[in-house]
Amino acid sequence: MRFAVGFLVLPVTLYVIYVIAPYAQAFSIALTNWRGVNASPRFVGLENFRRLLEDTVFWKAVGHNLLLLVLLPVLTLVIALFFAFLLNAGGRGGAGGVWGSRFYRVVFFFPQVLAIAVIAVLFQQVFRPDRSGMLNAPLIAMGFEPIGFLSDTDIALWSILGVLVWQAVGFYVVLFSAGIASIPRELFEAAAIDGAGGPPMFFRITLPLLWDTIQVGWVYLGIIALDVFAIVWVMTPEQGGPDYSTTVMAAEIYRNAFEYSKFGYASAMGVVLFFFTIGFAALALRLSRRERIEF
Amino acid sequence: MTPLSRRELLRSAVLAGLALPVASACATPAGDGGTSSAPAAGATSAANPLGLAENRPLEIWIFDGGFGDAYATDIHEPLLKAKYPKLEIKHNATQEIAKTLQPRFAGGNPPEFINNSGANAMDFGALVQDGQLADLTPLYDAPSWDDPTVKVRDTIDPSAIELGSYDGTPYVLNYVNTVWGIWYSQKLFDDNGWRPPRTWEAFTALCEEIKKAGETAPFTYAGRHPYYIYEAILTLAAKIGGKDVLKNIDNLEEGAWTAEPVKQAAGAFAEIGAKYLMQGTAGLDHVQTQTAQNKGQVAMLPCGSWLENEQKDTTPEDFGYAMFALPSFTSSDAMPYGTLHVQPGEEYVVSAKSANPRAGMEYMRAMLSKDGAGDFMELVSTLTVVKGAGEGRTLKPGLKSAAKALLVAGDNAVWFLFRKWYAELHDEVAAASGQLMNGKLTVDEWAERAQKKAESIKNDSSVKKFKR
Repeated sequence: MRFAVGFLVLPVTLYVIYVIAPYAQAFSIALTNWRGVNASPRFVGLENFRRLLEDTVFWKAVGHNLLLLVLLPVLTLVIALFFAFLLNAGGRGGAGGVWGSRFYRVVFFFPQVLAIAVIAVLFQQVFRPDRSGMLNAPLIAMGFEPIGFLSDTDIALWSILGVLVWQAVGFYVVLFSAGIASIPRELFEAAAIDGAGGPPMFFRITLPLLWDTIQVGWVYLGIIALDVFAIVWVMTPEQGGPDYSTTVMAAEIYRNAFEYSKFGYASAMGVVLFFFTIGFAALALRLSRRERIEF
Repeated sequence: MTPLSRRELLRSAVLAGLALPVASACATPAGDGGTSSAPAAGATSAANPLGLAENRPLEIWIFDGGFGDAYATDIHEPLLKAKYPKLEIKHNATQEIAKTLQPRFAGGNPPEFINNSGANAMDFGALVQDGQLADLTPLYDAPSWDDPTVKVRDTIDPSAIELGSYDGTPYVLNYVNTVWGIWYSQKLFDDNGWRPPRTWEAFTALCEEIKKAGETAPFTYAGRHPYYIYEAILTLAAKIGGKDVLKNIDNLEEGAWTAEPVKQAAGAFAEIGAKYLMQGTAGLDHVQTQTAQNKGQVAMLPCGSWLENEQKDTTPEDFGYAMFALPSFTSSDAMPYGTLHVQPGEEYVVSAKSANPRAGMEYMRAMLSKDGAGDFMELVSTLTVVKGAGEGRTLKPGLKSAAKALLVAGDNAVWFLFRKWYAELHDEVAAASGQLMNGKLTVDEWAERAQKKAESIKNDSSVKKFKR
């Protein structure tokens, strides 16, 4: 016990100094009009929060985060589960994956290897609205108007969602594959002998036995959905545009702090994001409190 | 601009530690000697109107950026040396202006002449506040290098003096000039018999003609950076309603954005956006649209005079860059045809507490001579604030065209500063302008959004307000 305490002193101290203290500081900075340079910022009370309530761009950003919080995990998990099932138990009679599953497993993991900035630049090219755009070139060749994947305010956020899902699916395919591999093979065989086809096998056996892994995935993806900063900042025009149609909370915090030097106001946004994150974590913990299935 | 790497941070921390004792060591002697030698204006004469002291050296620091430092060693320094052979010139160049020179200011022995530019420049406001910069009024009131009957003040763009002034006192010389206009390919226009339009009607008629011809799209702009289009909107607004239109906008006046000239200009470009834009414009950036123009896919785009340099790798040999000023909207425009958006930049200062400040000013006078500015233009391919410096020079076609436009404009130069002062307003206007061009915002909605942002900045106690 004494050893454990001694061992923990250093990391805990570092954590308090470099993580907890800045968090706490953000709360006090949020009550000032600090612009990042002067030594004695003026205390303005809840002024920043009052201003925040009227800030339509910030609430747009909150809306985008919430939309992603719902859709990103759902889409990613459904697609990843489907692929993982096909790769591991989708073959004839439930034995092994579909033909070529080893190859697919590697290919699906590719996006995970790329840095976020690389993906963002890559998709700028994919989404280009002229003859050099991977998606628009065939459309233009067929005589259609190009689609403004990143330049149409009604479409841009969905393009972001698409890229996020594309990037995340590979990792969860691998995670779920590992999960499926740990399900005893006899269960699948027994079900196959009883005459279960693909869908019942998936819903009655794979899904319930993977539930724990899926919950972990949901929490991870939820955290990603509350961030999304890098993709939005690098990929979209006007950083979060066009016309703020793809902006997220993290982007607004960055913009206000480092481009407008409004550190007090940005800290107020950070405080709001903090409560969103805490809320999400509490919700996730609550929902995942569930009986384990022993096998 | 460039983020500090960890290594650089550590290095500068070490340097700062070293520099402190050094700086404080020389602070004392320089403090004594500095004050006595500061009023260093020697005897003035017709040949030496600023009273430069030839027996003291002139120390020069050039920012070694996009322009390099050859223009100083090969053009301006020889020019001064020819006139004052006994003067010793100590030339230096660096990319780290602040790191190198801030300790010198703190120590009380700053160099005479500094090109305070680049991402690592010293903060002008702080220098002014500390009384470190020499008032350049004597320079501007001195006779010009080429003609003793004309003051320096009258040989350069007035905007250069205004933009280098703090609370009415000129401290900073902005030497390089940038002008904005509509750019086209002389060859493309010649081949098709198109002429640069002088009225808005002629402009839309030209767009219509180009569209009908079907080979080339009439117009585009950097859709991902709508600054490029709101720049044109505001310049047209100033042309319609006069210089005060932009002044009111900069000063965050009530109704500055909803004023009729601004709305008219926005409406004019919204129509271009609806009818004549190149396909996909909204999703392309400046390089992509400019390259499309080089490939002959689009005829015209609004840009600044850096365009020719920026595109030099993709421009076909016979492309022939040229620009024209925004066409007259109606015959009752407040400003005449040829009105230009002009913005001087690239800052030079003389330190007030240096040993030989008048030599620094005399060096500026040499820079502002016809030869000094003309040779500079040829060497680094950019405009200067010196009027008519490009006359009789062999310049690249685009630069020549811009120089001509600048000469035609004369005092009809307009500019706005809110982009520098209030980044928030810039972002909001850019976002709204992109949507205006896509037809997703009406002119009224566009103007109201900009006005609303201007007012929210005005009411924001944390943002420092500027006036012009």
